[in-house]
Amino acid sequence: MSHALTLITFVPIVGMVLILALPDAMKNAFKWIAVAATIPQLLIAIHLYEHFDTTTSAVQFAEKASWMPSYHITYFMGVDGISISMVLLTALIMFISVFASFGINRAEKGYYAMLLMLDTGMMGVFVSLDFFLFYIFWEVMLLPMYFLIGIWGGPRREYAAIKFFLYTLLGSVLILLAMLALYYYGATPTFDLTELAANSSHYSIGFQRIVWLALFIGFAIKIPAFPFHTWLPDAHVEAPTAISVILAGVLLKMGTYGILRVNFAVLPAATYQLAWLFLGVIGTINIVYGAMCAMAQTDYKKLIAYSSISHMGYVMLGMAAFTTAGINGAVLQMFNHGTITAMLFILVGVIYDRAHHREINGFGGLAQQMPIYTAITGFAFFAGMGLPGMSAFISEVLVLLGAWQTHPFMVVFGAATAVLTAGYLLWTFQRIYLGPLNEKYKDFPDLSFREAFTLVPLGIIVLILGVYPHAILGLLNTSLVHLNQVVLSTSGAAVAMVR
Amino acid sequence: MGGGITLNDFLVLSLIIFSLGLVTVLTRRNAIGILMGVELILNSANINYLAFAYYGGGKYDGQIFAIFVIMLAAAEAVIGLAVVLAIYQNFKTIDVDAAETLRG
Amino acid sequence: MDHPIAVSFIRLIVALPLLGAAINFIAGAWLQKTFGKRAISLIGCGVVIAAFILAVRAFIAMLAIPPENRFMLDDLWKWFDVGGLSLDIAFWLDPLSMVMTLIVTGVGGLIHIYSIGYMHDDDAYWRFFGWLNLFTFAMLVLVLGDNLWLMFVGWEGVGLCSFALIGFWYKVTANTTAGNKAFIVNRIGDLAFVIALFSLFAGLQSIGHATLVTREIARYAPLLAGVPLNLAGYQSAYPLVGFVTLLMFIGATGKSAQIPLYVWLPDAMAGPTPVSALIHAATMVTAGVYMVARLNFLFSMSPFTMEVIALVGGLTALFAATIGVAQNDIKKVLAYSTVSQLGYMFAALGVGAYAAAVFHLMTHAFFKACLFLGAGSVIHAMGGEQDMRKMGGLRHKMPVTFVTFMAATLAISGVPPFAGFMSKDEIIWQATSHGHPVVWAMLLIGAGITVFYMFRQVYMTFFGEFRGTHEQEHHVHESPPSIAYVLIALGALSVVGGFVMIPEFIGTFKPFEAFLDPVFSSEVTRRITEAGIHSHATEAAFGFVTFTIVLIGWLVSDLMYRQHKLDPARFSQMLDGVPYEWVYNKYYVDEFYNRVIIQPYMFATRALAWFDSNIIDGVVNLAASIIVFLSWLSGLFDHYVVDGLVNFASNLTLDVGGRLRRLETGSINGYLYGLLAAVMLILLVRAVARA
Repeated sequence: MSHALTLITFVPIVGMVLILALPDAMKNAFKWIAVAATIPQLLIAIHLYEHFDTTTSAVQFAEKASWMPSYHITYFMGVDGISISMVLLTALIMFISVFASFGINRAEKGYYAMLLMLDTGMMGVFVSLDFFLFYIFWEVMLLPMYFLIGIWGGPRREYAAIKFFLYTLLGSVLILLAMLALYYYGATPTFDLTELAANSSHYSIGFQRIVWLALFIGFAIKIPAFPFHTWLPDAHVEAPTAISVILAGVLLKMGTYGILRVNFAVLPAATYQLAWLFLGVIGTINIVYGAMCAMAQTDYKKLIAYSSISHMGYVMLGMAAFTTAGINGAVLQMFNHGTITAMLFILVGVIYDRAHHREINGFGGLAQQMPIYTAITGFAFFAGMGLPGMSAFISEVLVLLGAWQTHPFMVVFGAATAVLTAGYLLWTFQRIYLGPLNEKYKDFPDLSFREAFTLVPLGIIVLILGVYPHAILGLLNTSLVHLNQVVLSTSGAAVAMVR
Repeated sequence: MGGGITLNDFLVLSLIIFSLGLVTVLTRRNAIGILMGVELILNSANINYLAFAYYGGGKYDGQIFAIFVIMLAAAEAVIGLAVVLAIYQNFKTIDVDAAETLRG
Repeated sequence: MDHPIAVSFIRLIVALPLLGAAINFIAGAWLQKTFGKRAISLIGCGVVIAAFILAVRAFIAMLAIPPENRFMLDDLWKWFDVGGLSLDIAFWLDPLSMVMTLIVTGVGGLIHIYSIGYMHDDDAYWRFFGWLNLFTFAMLVLVLGDNLWLMFVGWEGVGLCSFALIGFWYKVTANTTAGNKAFIVNRIGDLAFVIALFSLFAGLQSIGHATLVTREIARYAPLLAGVPLNLAGYQSAYPLVGFVTLLMFIGATGKSAQIPLYVWLPDAMAGPTPVSALIHAATMVTAGVYMVARLNFLFSMSPFTMEVIALVGGLTALFAATIGVAQNDIKKVLAYSTVSQLGYMFAALGVGAYAAAVFHLMTHAFFKACLFLGAGSVIHAMGGEQDMRKMGGLRHKMPVTFVTFMAATLAISGVPPFAGFMSKDEIIWQATSHGHPVVWAMLLIGAGITVFYMFRQVYMTFFGEFRGTHEQEHHVHESPPSIAYVLIALGALSVVGGFVMIPEFIGTFKPFEAFLDPVFSSEVTRRITEAGIHSHATEAAFGFVTFTIVLIGWLVSDLMYRQHKLDPARFSQMLDGVPYEWVYNKYYVDEFYNRVIIQPYMFATRALAWFDSNIIDGVVNLAASIIVFLSWLSGLFDHYVVDGLVNFASNLTLDVGGRLRRLETGSINGYLYGLLAAVMLILLVRAVARA
């Protein structure tokens, strides 16, 4: 299949145009068009997965065309081991989240159009290898997200949407500046990320550090890293279920993906110098801080949002390790967090749809009324705790194992958080699902078929990756080992030069 | 050619007709009257054109211009009368002082 | 050890309980509704019994192999291979895991059968068997996993099942709280265990043998001797193995309920009684003992860790036994007794008597399962009553339960020739023969107290007058056959189960130790196990001392609770009742943890959440406010200065226009006069100019 990446990126746009062309009254058609737009995407992603050559770290399925030659801007798409896993994740989460959106009953046309536009933006970010193209997709993603939270969100949706938008835009500006700096001060003016990476030694270390920091802040806001994280709980609490799923499942990964793609590959020397502080220490703070804040939350969704912050900390810590195990664990954790947190947000949505509130202390004993729902929640909670046999265990262990050799003290905190995580999740589980049934909820129906359909595939993936993580690790390993080598080797030389 | 008539005579005639036209235009309140005055002024100019053409270089430029002017006058009369009719329909009179809507 | 025999049946032993769990969880509710509880029993017990039969066949096959080659491996698939860490999903059977497998499937199978009768009236019957099967699966993974991470999968897996089964009756909040406590306390231990694995792996990597496969660790462990702990460039003088084993032991204190992490086990009695018997007595809590025995080649290398293990084990044995004295809940007594007996096992490990520890693990599985199930039978008959003060005189009404309970009591008390005597006496003797007098003293006193509280329990429950309500008295009856037969089987094992390892001063029949010998054959371990006194006369003398203490314990108990010649209240009133108060309240350990750890932590989380939403988010919102204020200022400028100029220009134009428009009169004549005047003016000007 040629032009697979272009197809996978722009298929949703076709769906979006179709939706916009239909009259408002055809409410039911919109969701099925959205489904129809995400299915080919998923199929292409599986096709890419099957045909991906895991033995090389080179870019695959590349498509390159001149776009604005006078500024050396190209239409350059391609995937390596890091991005293919994210492409898979995006296709999967989008497919699931369209089904999770079926409950939307207001301005469906706009909703599904925005959803598909967001899809294109996200997919584009992961497949672009031209920085300029990357940046365009990065911005394309922002706008639909703003409207999706701001129009279809909860009571404080405007505040949350604006906070999200401005915060991310602040990051975008820094990324833009960094991008232009890389362009103008490069060996040859280019936006081609592979070329920039190949000539990384051209940049002086001082320049690298400044650009690195600008990029880091830009990406850290997306992760979100402490202390830039406060937009996330607000955005999650206000966003509709499917949007929370996308936000946590895919959008957060763009931060760490961006750091790997740009900071690591293009600025390896600065990465080597700064990572321990900005990825290691901040990542550890994320882990502990997120878990402790989660413990104190009374809003179910906010709790899950903070747990997201905590789990993304593992990704950062793994990246800071500069060991094969650490970096592999980090990217695997990105994937696993995507699937598990998606489940958690869908589960919160299920109960919110029925009770219209999310106050943890306002529930109780739901296990009696909704046994299947409770069972799946328990499954997702234990997956979130990194129970062995489930996917997150492998990734967290690899992260900590990898980081142990370089940052043992951070690892102690990271590992100790497993206790804290168990604490807040079990306590929440007890308060919502166990104990005597709250009489108010004795008429609640159990999971509908549609809801189960959004959850079960994710659960199966979590289990499979727990016993056969090679399915994803096999994709990552070659590219990540290479990237790690780049950072370790060139940085050594550059550091020596500066000193 | 009749020996006594000179260019000067034509110019005097033209001047008289012009003055008649000017007085008509200035003094009449009736729009049709004003149009007739304008006709007179145009024709005085025609007389000038022909006279100068005849006593001048012997070319036909003057005559051609005179024909243009006649044609223009006809067109102007049509438009002018149409304007007058429009004024009449709006103001039920053709007294030009009545049509002062655009006064500042 | 280096040439395992490749087999492919071990996966069946592991997979059968998993299959049972899967069927019960996915289709259990439907099966129960359609075919009744019998279908669930058939699946739930069938898979475990089948696994037991396979395990017995494996055992027979193993006996046919020469001892040094008794090692079978079933390699399934590559789990992951990243950064030098290459692990398989693989199961191995060596003598130690063989013993454990037999205990897990054998005792486990009996308890499954017992549950048929015990749980019969519960609506969530299928769920119970689902979790019980899953537990068996996880325990088998723990025991059979060929690498430490796979072992850890089982390690946490049994924790999950324990959590779910403690909170099985989830409608009562106290039960689920106990489940949470068990899981979280276990996780604290797991944290230490995980870090131990990290440092062990890093250490092995640094000597060029990156692995976490148990048999490979055994091969390379001697190379770690003298390797210091290295934390990311910070070279400490402490030996790596010492660090690793100490952390692993902390992990074991979580799972095996030793000081300081034992607090979850008594609370775990909130679960159904078969669960207490299977998970919290016979199998899961022995995982820590198994782990230390498994990694004996590492532990033997670190004398300090061994010393710590011996002391903590001895202390726990004594400490928990004293708490058991004052408990009135029939299951709580047994819970503290379990903690205490696990202490014996750790003491044995600590002094280097690995085989004795595993032996006690096995006999303890027999008699403690029997005790718990007997207690369950009593609770069942009493309609859920667990307070021993409301029981009494049950021996006539429940003869089978009484006889088996008595057999198990004699076993745990260490009365010859019951199973407990063989194992416990061995441990106490090994403590002294390996030169640990303090540990020996603690174990000895513990043994006396054990006898005391066990007979106190027997007398309070089965002797004297019935003290419950009239209704209960009417209801009391012997339990159904599925319960009774299991009790008989376990009671019999409590009697004869010890004959596989007879104390040396009596005879030289020790097939159990011989069978396990290949596991404890590493050089360092040999050096430790073979040290000590080998005098049969001394051993007999010490055995006599132990027996005397046991007799004293029994005598005191008998005087107090059967003959009522001594009033227990007299002892509890001693020193104003303060010591009794402390014992009765379990030394206030829970309260201490609550005050020192949990409450400060909860306060810290709330403080951090406040910090997050007020300070950090406050800064964000403040930045937003500042920007809004600046834009307001710039708005003022825009309004009054920039827009002011524009407005001025437009106002000027308007003004001028307003004045000029007066010229427009609308009178055609007026315009014409103006025109004429202008022409004349121009002519005049020109004329004047010309002139």
